[in-house]
Amino acid sequence: MWGFLKRPIVVTADINLSLVALTGMGLLSRLWRLTYPRAVVFDEVYYGQYISFYMKRIFFLDDSGPPFGHMVLALGGYLGGFDGNFLWNRIGAEYSSNVPVWSLRLLPALAGALSVPMAYQIVLELHFSHCAAMGAALLMLIENALITQSRLMLLESVLIFFNLLAVLSYLKFFNCQKHSPFSLSWWFWLTLTGVACSCAVGIKYMGVFTYVLMLAVAAVHAWHLIGDQTLSNVCVFCHLLARAVALLVIPVVLYLLFFYIHLILLFRSGPHDQIMSSAFQASLEGGLARITQGQPLEVAFGSQVTLRNVFGKPVPCWLHSHQETYPMIYENGRGSSHQQQVTCYPFKDVNNWWIVKDPGRHQLVVSSPPRPVRHGDMVQLVHGMTTRSLNTHDVAAPLSPHSQEVSCYIDYNISMPAQNLWRLEIVNRGSDTDVWKTILSEVRFVHVNTSAVLKLSGAHLPDWGYRQLEIVGEKLSRGYHESMVWNVEEHRYGASQEQRERERELHSPAQVDVSRNLSFMARFLELQWRMLALRSDDSEHKYSSSPLEWVTLDTNIAYWLHPRTSAQIHLLGNIVIWISGSLALAVYSLLSSWYLLRRRRNVHDLPQDAWLRWVLAGVLCAGGWAVNYLPFFLMEKTLFLYHYLPALTFQILLLPVVLQHISDHLCRSQLQRSVFSALVVAWYSSACHVSNTLRPLTYGDKSLSPHELKALRWKDSWDILIRKH
Amino acid sequence: MPPATGGGLAESELRPRRGRCGPQAARAARRDVAAEAAARSPKRPTRGSRRFEAAGRWALLALVTLLSFATRFHRLAEPPHICWDETHFGKMGSYYINRTFFFDVHPPLGKMLIGLAGYLSGYDGTFLFQKPGDKYEHHSYMGMRGFCAFLGSWLVPFAYLTVLDLSKSLSAALLTAALLTFDTGCLTLSQYILLDPILMFFIMAAMLSMVKYNSCANRPFSAPWWFWLSLTGVSLAGALGVKFVGLFIILQVGLNTIADLWYLFGDLSLSLVTVGKHLTARILCLIVLPLALYTATFAVHFMVLSKSGPGDGFFSSAFQARLSGNNLHNASIPEHLAYGSVITVKNLRMAIGYLHSHRHLYPEGIGARQQQVTTYLHKDYNNLWIIKKHNTNSDPLDPSFPVEFVRHGDIIRLEHKETSRNLHSHYHEAPLTRKHYQVTGYGINGTGDSNDFWRIEVVNRKFGNRIKVLRSRIRLIHLVTGCVLGSSGKVLPKWGWEQLEVTCTPYLKETLNSIWNVEDHINPKLPNISLNVLQPSFPEILLESHMVMIRGNSGLKPKDNEFTSKPWHWPINYQGLRFSGINDTDFRVYLLGNPVVWWLNLLSIALYLLSGSIIAIAIQRGAQLPAEVAGLSQVLLRGGGQVLLGWTLHYFPFFLMGRPRSHPLPGILWDTLLRLCAWGLASWPLARGIHVVGILSLLLGTAYSFYLFHPLAYGMVGPLAQDPRSPMAGLRWLDSWDF
Repeated sequence: MWGFLKRPIVVTADINLSLVALTGMGLLSRLWRLTYPRAVVFDEVYYGQYISFYMKRIFFLDDSGPPFGHMVLALGGYLGGFDGNFLWNRIGAEYSSNVPVWSLRLLPALAGALSVPMAYQIVLELHFSHCAAMGAALLMLIENALITQSRLMLLESVLIFFNLLAVLSYLKFFNCQKHSPFSLSWWFWLTLTGVACSCAVGIKYMGVFTYVLMLAVAAVHAWHLIGDQTLSNVCVFCHLLARAVALLVIPVVLYLLFFYIHLILLFRSGPHDQIMSSAFQASLEGGLARITQGQPLEVAFGSQVTLRNVFGKPVPCWLHSHQETYPMIYENGRGSSHQQQVTCYPFKDVNNWWIVKDPGRHQLVVSSPPRPVRHGDMVQLVHGMTTRSLNTHDVAAPLSPHSQEVSCYIDYNISMPAQNLWRLEIVNRGSDTDVWKTILSEVRFVHVNTSAVLKLSGAHLPDWGYRQLEIVGEKLSRGYHESMVWNVEEHRYGASQEQRERERELHSPAQVDVSRNLSFMARFLELQWRMLALRSDDSEHKYSSSPLEWVTLDTNIAYWLHPRTSAQIHLLGNIVIWISGSLALAVYSLLSSWYLLRRRRNVHDLPQDAWLRWVLAGVLCAGGWAVNYLPFFLMEKTLFLYHYLPALTFQILLLPVVLQHISDHLCRSQLQRSVFSALVVAWYSSACHVSNTLRPLTYGDKSLSPHELKALRWKDSWDILIRKH
Repeated sequence: MPPATGGGLAESELRPRRGRCGPQAARAARRDVAAEAAARSPKRPTRGSRRFEAAGRWALLALVTLLSFATRFHRLAEPPHICWDETHFGKMGSYYINRTFFFDVHPPLGKMLIGLAGYLSGYDGTFLFQKPGDKYEHHSYMGMRGFCAFLGSWLVPFAYLTVLDLSKSLSAALLTAALLTFDTGCLTLSQYILLDPILMFFIMAAMLSMVKYNSCANRPFSAPWWFWLSLTGVSLAGALGVKFVGLFIILQVGLNTIADLWYLFGDLSLSLVTVGKHLTARILCLIVLPLALYTATFAVHFMVLSKSGPGDGFFSSAFQARLSGNNLHNASIPEHLAYGSVITVKNLRMAIGYLHSHRHLYPEGIGARQQQVTTYLHKDYNNLWIIKKHNTNSDPLDPSFPVEFVRHGDIIRLEHKETSRNLHSHYHEAPLTRKHYQVTGYGINGTGDSNDFWRIEVVNRKFGNRIKVLRSRIRLIHLVTGCVLGSSGKVLPKWGWEQLEVTCTPYLKETLNSIWNVEDHINPKLPNISLNVLQPSFPEILLESHMVMIRGNSGLKPKDNEFTSKPWHWPINYQGLRFSGINDTDFRVYLLGNPVVWWLNLLSIALYLLSGSIIAIAIQRGAQLPAEVAGLSQVLLRGGGQVLLGWTLHYFPFFLMGRPRSHPLPGILWDTLLRLCAWGLASWPLARGIHVVGILSLLLGTAYSFYLFHPLAYGMVGPLAQDPRSPMAGLRWLDSWDF
């Protein structure tokens, strides 16, 4: 008990000086003159606007990835005291003094710097030599593309950091598994794997690839565990359960947490509101919430409403009508009913107001007490400004001849009776007696006579329809489609019987008070869905490239050019490392298939432990490359060179592994081994030389003469900017 | 995997030859010595009972086949009008009979067979197949429908034999056959002139012959082994020749073959030479043979379609020169481009078409309100342009002027012949590709401004060379903005008549989109030369037609606000498809799987996954299974695995494709077939008594559900299902079904 009195208290610290040195060099290479250039570089213009949104707490929607990445960048801005006031509109724009450039760029740079010692650790945990581990880290250190990408306010370096962290912690966990399962460090590394995976996914969807790889490796190892008959069933079950919790449950929870924080932070309405549903918009401060605050909840007969199409494509719009009629004869010679046009209009307008009328009564006001409209009720929709009612009939719609025309009925006395009864169907009803609710209810209007459904066709009407969107009655009610679904956005109880008064009423805003809140899960699901469904169609960019060009580094991206001199920053890799990385991959696959075939014929070239080491390294490194690279061939979005960087880091990890394997197992004599080491040293020096030569393009700190720039253009396909004067 | 014992095969090779392949898969035997011993130890049944049993099997097979044919051919002639996609495939069959060239995104075999069936049955190719609902009247269409139904009927016996071989269980096979026979969806698809029955026939044939040759593995290089192996190859060629979806069955057979070779390679009792022989046999039968057949179908296709037709414009100029009736066929035109020539300019990228303009203007709000310039796939007078010098407007065709050739690097002006407007570009954004510049027709009677000047360049040539018609690859560079004329390949909205967008791209990356060639060339002052030099070789046209098909396939995208079925709809039978008729007075046919069958399938797949994983884990934990269960688990894991793999391969890729409509249907049915087998397998390990009762009740249940739902497939007239008077009332179990 008093043991500490008898023996001295000793703290022994193992400090791996090479690790410290690597970290130091990593920090130096990534943090050196971090604030230079003090101007917007390439995609900073893109991420920057989101940082500003975070600083101002304004809601936004970005389809490029989940919010964690943006939040990491915004954290930098928060730490630097950024107020969000900067106009992110142009690459190359000078930063104003209120932008804390250093702290904005700090986190990606730190992530990039820490990837260097992590590469060392990973190779070491794969049970390769210290020398190989050093090699991997040194290659990471001098890879120009990685340096460029980490020194700017971009997300790839953070993604790579978490990818490597996931691999490293899984390896640590796997090595713990052999001697001390369920120990503290075992739990720590296992949990960290899950956390790192979900962080990677949270930064970019691309992180999913590494996550899937880790899951697959863990599944195979778990399968071996199941086959281990020395363990009891209970023990095996505990192992599986622990893995499931750490690798499946924790990531999901964390992913939800990212969105939770995101939605907590962004509570103000902003420019991207329009894309979201009315209910979502109403949950944001300002914007629609300000308008809808205080609306009555239940729609009653006599209510005045605006109806928004739920699908909202090509643009979000509201059911609309105006005095003009359909032209008697269309351009293509078909005829119309010549009745009043009904369209969908993408702007707020007094002509968007409709009155829900009970077909059995004449008045257009809400009785007291109000009689709510329920699912299945018959209604007429009367246009507020013109008091004509919504009608459809067996006349072909102007642009979609297979559907019915929708009009506001005008009686021309030509034996074309009004068919203006609609049955209300609440799509998201809980029961069949549900009441039609403002914002929350999604409804369909089914025409009673023809069972056509009111639908937004998505086509723009010609000049006579002011290029508003066409509304049709869709007869083929083939299933459910959001373009047939509407919701009430603005709503008030109509009180004035007189047309003149009613017009005045329509022009005035609504007042009464009911407030609503959407649950987090509902908001999360909607946001996630919209993010995945959003398609931006900028299909071409000057610097976009195809995956095939990446492996051989046939392309580059000019990130920034000094406004006066020819100092410039390029995303341009160290070509020696890229080529040798690909070569190492080829060598690895050839050797592996050779070994595999020979093992199949019962010829064992490698001792068992060397073989297992070789396989594990290959699965993680070559596999990591494959999962991070090959899926791009299936993608249709615009691709850039920086999409290849995660795959590249895995290739870099594979390089020293292959080199050490060649030296250990393929070099037969000591002499061969020495020659090989000499070659490796020579090769590494050449990589260093290349890295140093390309340094001006990586850091952009030195203005080169046109002649020097031309000399740097080693490949014709590289786009290096040369000033013409 | 358990270690290979090696003894099994050597022993089995010594066994006396039997007439047919042994029912016991050699592979299983080799790997599981105990199972083999068990299989051999029971006393041989007597001769008589064996003969009796064989006769019973044949009778069952005949019954299954008969039933299948009966259901497929029942009321085949109704309705006597075009249903759904018959309008496409019937039309294409007619093209073969008329020998006019057309373009389709699918390979030609299926349509060729339809055409052949029509030809043999006396259809003369005169029916127009304009739109669904058109009456056939006196035209003979039964031959084509009958042919499709004939092939479709074979699915059932094929599935029966496949499952019989995989599971060795008669009841499982019978159940499969029943489920498939009574599936209304499969039935409907087999009754019309469509590619799907043909495709499914080949897929199922490939599957069957693969399974058969697997079970012949104990007697390699014997006649049946060769027979089934090459039959697999033939069916693969057929499947791929009908639709590219056939690639999935190729993938499945490929994976199976690789696994097979891997085991053979690991069998140390086989010498490397033997393994080499195995490898060669498979390469011959599964790669060389299908490729040869596939190429042969294309050869026939090109030979039959020798006349010019609606598909010409999709193909390059050289290709068109083959088609009689095309203006490039045996044509002779001036070789070098000269000022004053009237030309058509074709984009080099496949399926983009000719540079085109017409009197319509770009609508307001989309760039400048000037005349539209597009690309158009069909031949038209509006594709004609006159090549002029940029600085003079004099008529170069005036006989007093000498002929002046256009040279690489010249500054030219292209005047649209019909409207006399110049090809023009300026700093306005293009209608769809916002980062490019708009291209318009501008000027009056050829007088415009400096934005009408283009520099004409030949790719990879020196300045000053003349420009050859058809063979020079040219680029047009806008002088003022420095951009390159190209087509983005995007379809313009209605105002642009759904032609393709033409832009001027400021990015000078070299893509085929911005390279053109001159196709027609009219200049009376120049001597004509014959164009026979252009005749492309067969490999060239084969390659080109594939490029065009691939582009056509990737070009099919759903538009916004269009109803599309999604892959997750299919297995749950979420919605059907109207084949014919909408209103209650029409003759209605509605493609919808028999919901009982489909939902049983869904259940069975869950059941299979559950039981499969339990058994796999038990084996991995080293549990001692009783001999019977061990044998069953072999069947379950191996046979069921095959089927599950097929289902996965034919279903999940559709999630990646994002293409609606025509594609999914074979996918759905294929997955049905496979899940049927899975069901059969899963039902196997039940106790005997319950087993028989269960199977019987399932058989009767599906038959009854077929009785309920048969009007969907055979057609119905009368009130819609919402109406309680309709015979289908109460059967609309999902709101999304609209029959």
